[in-house]
Amino acid sequence: MQFMLLFSRQGKLRLQKWYVPLSDKERKKISRDLVQTILARKPKMCSFLEWRDLKIVYKRYASLYFCCAVEDQDNELITLEIIHRYVELLDKYFGSVCELDIIFNFEKAYFILDEFLLGGEAQETSKKNVLKAIEQADLLQEVRIFLYHQIHLL
Amino acid sequence: MPAVSKGDGMRGLAVFISDIRNCKSKEAEIKRINKELANIRSKFKGDKALDGYSKKKYVCKLLFIFLLGHDIDFGHMEAVNLLSSNKYTEKQIGYLFISVLVNSNSELIRLINNAIKNDLSSRNPTFMCLALHCIANVGSREMAEAFASEIPRILVAGDTMDSVKQSAALCLLRLYKTSPDLVLMGEWTSRVVHLLNDQHMGVVTAAISLITCLSQKNPDEFKTCVSLAVSRLSRIVSSASTDLQDYTYYFVPAPWLSCKLLRLLQCYPPPEDGAVKGRLVECLETILNKAQEPPKSKKVQHSNAKNAILFEAISLIIHYDSEPNLLVRACNQLGQFLQHRETNLRYLALESMCTLASSEFSHEAVKTHIETVINALKTERDVSVRQRAADLLYAMCDRSNAKQIVAEMLSYLETADYSIREEMVLKVAILAEKYAVDYSWYVDTILNLIRIAGDYVSEEVWYRVIQIVINRDDVQGYAAKTVFEALQAPACHENMVKVGGYILGEFGNLIAGDPRSSPLVQFNLLHSKFHLCSVPTRALLLSAYIKFINLFPETKATIQEVLRCDSQIRNSDVELQQRAVEYLKLSSIASTDVLATVLEEMPPFPERESSILAKLKKKKGPGAVSVTELEDSKREGGELNGGGDRGQDTATMAASNASTPSPSADLLGIRSTAPLGAAPASAGSLLVDVFSEAGPTAPSAAVNDDGFLRDLEQPTETSDSLLVEGSGDLEFVCKNNGVLFENQLLQIGIKSEYRQNLGRMYLFYGNKTSVQFASFTTTVSCPGELQSQLNVQTKPVEPLVEGGAQIQQVLNIECLTDFSDAPLLNIKFRYGGALQNLTLKLPVTINKFFQPTEMTSHDFFQRWKQLSQPQQEAQKIFKANNSMDTEVLKAKLLGLGTALLDNVDPNPENYVCAGVIQTKSQQVGCLLRLEPNAQAQVQHTDSPERVSHNYSSIPNFLHYLSPYSVNI
Repeated sequence: MQFMLLFSRQGKLRLQKWYVPLSDKERKKISRDLVQTILARKPKMCSFLEWRDLKIVYKRYASLYFCCAVEDQDNELITLEIIHRYVELLDKYFGSVCELDIIFNFEKAYFILDEFLLGGEAQETSKKNVLKAIEQADLLQEVRIFLYHQIHLL
Repeated sequence: MPAVSKGDGMRGLAVFISDIRNCKSKEAEIKRINKELANIRSKFKGDKALDGYSKKKYVCKLLFIFLLGHDIDFGHMEAVNLLSSNKYTEKQIGYLFISVLVNSNSELIRLINNAIKNDLSSRNPTFMCLALHCIANVGSREMAEAFASEIPRILVAGDTMDSVKQSAALCLLRLYKTSPDLVLMGEWTSRVVHLLNDQHMGVVTAAISLITCLSQKNPDEFKTCVSLAVSRLSRIVSSASTDLQDYTYYFVPAPWLSCKLLRLLQCYPPPEDGAVKGRLVECLETILNKAQEPPKSKKVQHSNAKNAILFEAISLIIHYDSEPNLLVRACNQLGQFLQHRETNLRYLALESMCTLASSEFSHEAVKTHIETVINALKTERDVSVRQRAADLLYAMCDRSNAKQIVAEMLSYLETADYSIREEMVLKVAILAEKYAVDYSWYVDTILNLIRIAGDYVSEEVWYRVIQIVINRDDVQGYAAKTVFEALQAPACHENMVKVGGYILGEFGNLIAGDPRSSPLVQFNLLHSKFHLCSVPTRALLLSAYIKFINLFPETKATIQEVLRCDSQIRNSDVELQQRAVEYLKLSSIASTDVLATVLEEMPPFPERESSILAKLKKKKGPGAVSVTELEDSKREGGELNGGGDRGQDTATMAASNASTPSPSADLLGIRSTAPLGAAPASAGSLLVDVFSEAGPTAPSAAVNDDGFLRDLEQPTETSDSLLVEGSGDLEFVCKNNGVLFENQLLQIGIKSEYRQNLGRMYLFYGNKTSVQFASFTTTVSCPGELQSQLNVQTKPVEPLVEGGAQIQQVLNIECLTDFSDAPLLNIKFRYGGALQNLTLKLPVTINKFFQPTEMTSHDFFQRWKQLSQPQQEAQKIFKANNSMDTEVLKAKLLGLGTALLDNVDPNPENYVCAGVIQTKSQQVGCLLRLEPNAQAQVQHTDSPERVSHNYSSIPNFLHYLSPYSVNI
């Protein structure tokens, strides 16, 4: 995987994770263009598209779009389920996750992602094991997350 | 603000985020951010030492600001301080900041690396994981330098926790991707392969990504992974959905791991071991069978995971391309998906079928779905799916269905999305040409293309139709008639005028007998379009007019009249004016004979690859290049020759694909501004070498009638995956610098120096063209046992080499023990659309590691006599081709690296040398005598070596020496 972006229906980036070295300027340009391309697509359309030299896999959950750019030989469907598993992890951790959870606890969203994917590859696909790693870390310190009432992603 | 909160968290951060969200305008947001930045700055600079919690909070705020898209130029030091906190969350935030805001300040990097080092050796698995995540996220060269040797150790150590192993595997993968030269293979590699057997599924999942990547680069070293992967896969595939507990995803056992196992197997050919292969085929069959079973859940996640494995299995089946039964089953399965209600599955089925279409086993099976695919092209609502359908139609096209497919693509073109029109046009043009049996159909198709989508018809396309019409006299009359009719339309596309002008200028005489298309009617028709056209087209028309004067003397007066009018002869455009003036003069002063010679019909074009194909490849862009395309033309090659010598033909096709002269080369060798040569006064210039654009191609006049896509140019050095024997193979035995390789595109220079058992080689890659080379990569490999004998390290080169530019690469070479093969240098790049691939032998020979040794005559002969066992001696008698010049011989022997000993041999005619070959594991002394026999032009070489074990290398370098001496 080359990168993962989370953005809102209004096109605001909520999370960005880059697994290939790119300059800040390139990153901004890619995210701006790609977000526009995806927001312009209609609901029932295919989740995959060829965009420049990249293979894009995306899916919308409530108000949030999850979008991954993968290599040519990568499997589209399994990438779609990578996205879903990540949403499940967020959902389980925050308890019915919504966009605001991710905005206010962005650092947690990054930590969970790091336990799940590392260097763009799946590190641990078991939901239990990922959450165990995160919760263990939380146990080492005071648990501090805020919970929000909003439309849930799942 | 949050409605419920657990603990008080970083309340300040939450307040700040709320404030930002409440900002009504961008200005307000910036104002709020600047206020916060000032606040944080003052806190960091303040006298009062901040506690860990505050530091964490402020660093987190900075991170948030950065992620909003603002620049952050401070706070790095505070983040680094957090790394050494023993509170987990503080450390975690510190690492997150460092990972996101990578900084190249070397002092900081030193501090960061120190903190990472401490955490890696802390034996606290959570701290170790954090440190590994940071390395994987940053992945910089500095980190690779610091940790590339440490991480393999952590990965394979017996006492490492599973979670740490997982992080270490992927961390190493990231470092290998960014700095492959720093990750050295070693004894850990075999242990990594065995992680495929690990009890912990998470460890296997993480390790397999690393193994796949390493296998791609070092297939031999990792080939034991094949049988391990097959047995792992087999266990997963046959397990019940509950066996794998939390690794079962929506009733599908370990889908991620299964996909990765199938992907890993695609790095290798089918297993040779019958049992392993049988087991794998069984797995693939089971996966295909499962696709037919009713779903265990209605959730889309279930079917996605299941189908992800299925598609990966199909990819493997296609990759093997050896099991007709599986290929046909795969094709039928994809056929079902073509009509599935899920758009995603239809998309993937179309995509996957494209590759199936190029297998000889499944091509026919794919063709049975033609109606469904045509229907998809017409009815799919998503343009990306329609695009896939068009790709598949293109891939499944052959002689039997070409007319139908071309017709469907043409009719789709009328309503096609603008984004894919140009590609569609190219594809239609290629198919029409490739499968044309009767050329009137071809001409009709191209003229239809121009009519329907003229704006998207590139020059390559209309050049090509002209080239073909000129080469085939059976279609010329038809072409003239058809363009004449097409030009009757009141508004026809300018490209139509170009084709019409050219063809009528050449072959208008073929239809002039019909009074409805008499010469004057033809001329008036063309001239009625003249004023609506751009300058290049007008220039072309002027040339057509002068050709008319030759073809039809009766039009001379009318045309001279036109040329003479002010709008021509005084045209503000220099090119048009010059043509008008010169053509007018030519027509009035040249005799009929001269005119007939100058304006003779164009000679046939030499056959060569269609540049349309090159254009299509280029359009697909770097990276996405089409295996299908190559495959396609391979199949085509077979067909054209009636399946004759397929292997050879395939090679030719591959070569022609790789050697497209220049994707922008005009088909007719003319730039539109100067179609028929700008100086018609000289008879030669009208017949100018229209191929001047294509460079020194020296086209052969032969016309290959059935293979007009084939390239009859000379086979080029850059043919696909051809092993090129570097010119330096022998030449470089005795010298260290020079030009290793050169062709029309690329020059590779070499400079090398050796000391003891180490060497450094500089390679200079020079782009000789004016066009950029893209995706330029070089790989140095040590095949077979050389891997354990020679250690070669390189840094990757920049992927772009601008036209005329030169880039440099440094190779560090270490001789571990004696060797006889040469390392291989593989170079790949894209020139225009075409992938260039070339492999050279690097001139690293054992004699490079010679250290010259001086000795007395007494010592020399004493040692010489000691070396009397057969394996310590090698002798060769060979003939010298040229006269044996003493100085040249001496230079060669010195170049070999040995010391040339004077006054040692009693016979002054003989040459005596001594040296020690330095390898890491041993030193091998070596004595050499060359005894020229001037009368017989024969030389003897004796070379006993002092160390008895392992003598293989010496005869080898003699082997290098001997053919060279022959050339002296």
